[in-house]
Amino acid sequence: MFETQDPLNTIFPESTAQNTDDIILHAEKITKVYPGTTALNNVDFDAYRGKVNVLVGENGAGKSTLMKILAGVEQPTSGKLYLEGREISNGSIKEAGRNGIGIIFQEMMVFPNLTVTENIFTGREKRVNGIVSDKEQRAETVEILKKLEQKINPDQLVGELRVGQQQIIEIARAVSEKRKILIMDEPTSALSNDEVKILFKLMRELIASGVTIIYISHKLEELLQIGDTITVLRDGNKMASAKVKDINLTWIIRWMVGEKHTVKSYHQDRRIGEELMRVEDITLPRIGGGYSVDHVNFTVRKGEVLGLYGLVGAGRSELFECLCGHAKDATGKIFIQGKEIKSKRIDERISDGIILVPENRQVDGLVQTMSVGGNVVLSSLQNLMKGFWISARQEKKAVIQKVEEIHIKVPDTKNLITSLSGGNQQKVVVSRALLTNPTILLLDEPTRGIDVGAKAEIFQLVNELASRGYGIIFVSTELKEVISVSDRILVMSKGKITGEFTREEATEEALVTASAIGHELEGVKNA
Amino acid sequence: MPEIKGKKANWLKIESFIMKGRAFIALIFVLIIFTIIVPNFVNSTNLVVMTKHVAIYATLAIGMTFVILTGGIDLSVGSIAGLCAMMAGGFINEGITIGSNTFYPSVPMVLILTMAIGTFCGIINGFIIAKFNVAAFIATLGMWYVARGFAQIRSNGLTFPNLVGRPELGNTGFPLLGAGSFLGVSYSIWIMLAFMLASIFITRKLPFGRHVYAIGGNEKAARMSGVSIDKTKIGVYAISGFCSSVVGLIIASQLVASHPMTGDSYEMTAIAAVVLGGASLSGGIGSIGGTVIGAFVIGILSDGLVMAGVSSFWQQVAKGIVIVFAVIIDQVQRRLQERVSLSQQVEEKENA
Repeated sequence: MFETQDPLNTIFPESTAQNTDDIILHAEKITKVYPGTTALNNVDFDAYRGKVNVLVGENGAGKSTLMKILAGVEQPTSGKLYLEGREISNGSIKEAGRNGIGIIFQEMMVFPNLTVTENIFTGREKRVNGIVSDKEQRAETVEILKKLEQKINPDQLVGELRVGQQQIIEIARAVSEKRKILIMDEPTSALSNDEVKILFKLMRELIASGVTIIYISHKLEELLQIGDTITVLRDGNKMASAKVKDINLTWIIRWMVGEKHTVKSYHQDRRIGEELMRVEDITLPRIGGGYSVDHVNFTVRKGEVLGLYGLVGAGRSELFECLCGHAKDATGKIFIQGKEIKSKRIDERISDGIILVPENRQVDGLVQTMSVGGNVVLSSLQNLMKGFWISARQEKKAVIQKVEEIHIKVPDTKNLITSLSGGNQQKVVVSRALLTNPTILLLDEPTRGIDVGAKAEIFQLVNELASRGYGIIFVSTELKEVISVSDRILVMSKGKITGEFTREEATEEALVTASAIGHELEGVKNA
Repeated sequence: MPEIKGKKANWLKIESFIMKGRAFIALIFVLIIFTIIVPNFVNSTNLVVMTKHVAIYATLAIGMTFVILTGGIDLSVGSIAGLCAMMAGGFINEGITIGSNTFYPSVPMVLILTMAIGTFCGIINGFIIAKFNVAAFIATLGMWYVARGFAQIRSNGLTFPNLVGRPELGNTGFPLLGAGSFLGVSYSIWIMLAFMLASIFITRKLPFGRHVYAIGGNEKAARMSGVSIDKTKIGVYAISGFCSSVVGLIIASQLVASHPMTGDSYEMTAIAAVVLGGASLSGGIGSIGGTVIGAFVIGILSDGLVMAGVSSFWQQVAKGIVIVFAVIIDQVQRRLQERVSLSQQVEEKENA
């Protein structure tokens, strides 16, 4: 997997640098297969005693799956777990708890209808003669909250707290369980800077007292601040691991996103025509302050593939939501072929010529209960009408035409969509978008979770579509993919466009640097 | 899942087919059982009576099918039927009073007004569910109370008797809806057939129908595809309300009287028919044809039990078991279908 000639990648030699006694938890060759996808592929992971062990990777890299396996929420398809050298099986979250492993979930799992004290002790209530002792629980809660420097009333309902405070409650609960190993899956996503500082202070206290922390975050600057060791996952594979003091931000990004195998160039020469879309001042406020999309301006021209690159949380998907009409609070102006469009709703935007192929095919793309054909025509039923009903002949014609045009492999278009492979499912979503005769096609990570062959076909398709005169915006977290397909590349970071490159100018280094703008902290070395 | 292939996959397909056709199999099953235990079960008079009962359940259940296909539920159909029966009875016996003037609408006018009231109740349901994001169960439970309450308020809990109208007021002929027949088949059955055909057309041939299925299958994906979620949801509850009003009218007309408790507990019968007919309560799966067969099963089961001399208490037990059993089958079927599609994927990979 590793290519050592890359000077940035000084992999630290795990076997010699660390005494194996220091490994408290060792996961060996963990594989997890879900129907249709492999979430983890032979992943080894070590957590060192009394350290903050950081795990990073893009969305879908398998971090959360690995954490769920360590915490007993999910069972691995194959692979073994060793706790202090002894093999264990975490059949359930309770069993993992008995083994001393606790987890703070990414999705908040608080009970809004219960008080702070009750939340902290749910499932392990302190009892006196079988009756819950509110007094004891409350006393302990007060103590924990004091440690966390929080002025939260232990009798208040958790639902009445701010989101950040709710997350603190969840952390308080995990801390009060006094586990040997504490897994934190993005604990800071809803915290303010001050709260993050307090959390980090607490984490340092915890590791000083011998607790091992496994820490996941998308905020890379945080990792460098708090982490001791780092492991990078990508596409279900372990890419690299190192001591945090030996690496820098660029190293992390390279391993997170950089393709090691070469992607052949799918770019073909074509004539790029006049301006198709211009957007001005697109802005989407973020809940809790700031902007997810921060005053973005750009244009797309006829026959152009505009690549959009950025790390998770950079605002790519949010920008797409603004454009396709899904984000209700979005402001700004959109011009299609020089004419400003005033529409707000998704169906109106579709008739104005903008359609999104969503990032998450299963959640936002497919209607799983419908056939392949039914999925293809869903957005353009109005165009298939004869009188006031849908013409079966026209529908069949449209479906067959699209299936042939973009090479969907399906024995019968009446088959259920779920019977197709991931790549073919993706093509169905693309063909649905094409059938609406769009001007602008928004492709959000169209190659996510599909195999290499299918990826190549999707790139080919993107090229063909551009040659036919569509304006295409293509989002990917894979650097090489973006560079290989695009005519021009925009880089986003923290909701802003932080770089624009022509095809000739675009290098991986330049893109990585632009994508990290706004991520640097003082004192963090950056290559 | 490499273990599912070849013969096993074929078996899965057969199993899945049986599950899909469960309503039809159940229909044959109840017919056979009652033919054996009830002498003269299959004769023309019995069949006509049974079909008239079935027609009422089926008409309600057809409306319910649209709702359930979107993943919703409509608990208010029985109450809306009751309200509509009372409104129609009131129009005929007491007329409409505006200020000091009372006028008596003609029977066609009564029918139109009543259907408008039922549809309006459905639109309110849909509006609350779509625009305020209230759970369908709660919104329609509210309507279940409100509509039944108004049905009783209309006459202070009394029955409107003898809905024959008076020639001098020009509002005679209401009982014809329930008693009349065309080609020897009573109107209620024709209405059921018409509703069935129209609904099959709507679900298969109109964008609205596709949208109904899409919302039930994956509401988020439907929204991203430009489907207007709110309009479609309001539409399905409106259809359900409309069907309820027609059922209320038919019952009032058959009895030549309207009682405030008309249609009591019919919502459960309708839901049972839809689920028996192969629909999934989580939406996206089901068909009008299946629902009608499901209504036949329920109707024949109730009438058959009566004719077999089973006490009304035991009838309830039997119906309850059938409904729960249907939902168990619903769950088993979904798991089977997942396995079938997985095995199809495996086959596809092996063939590739």
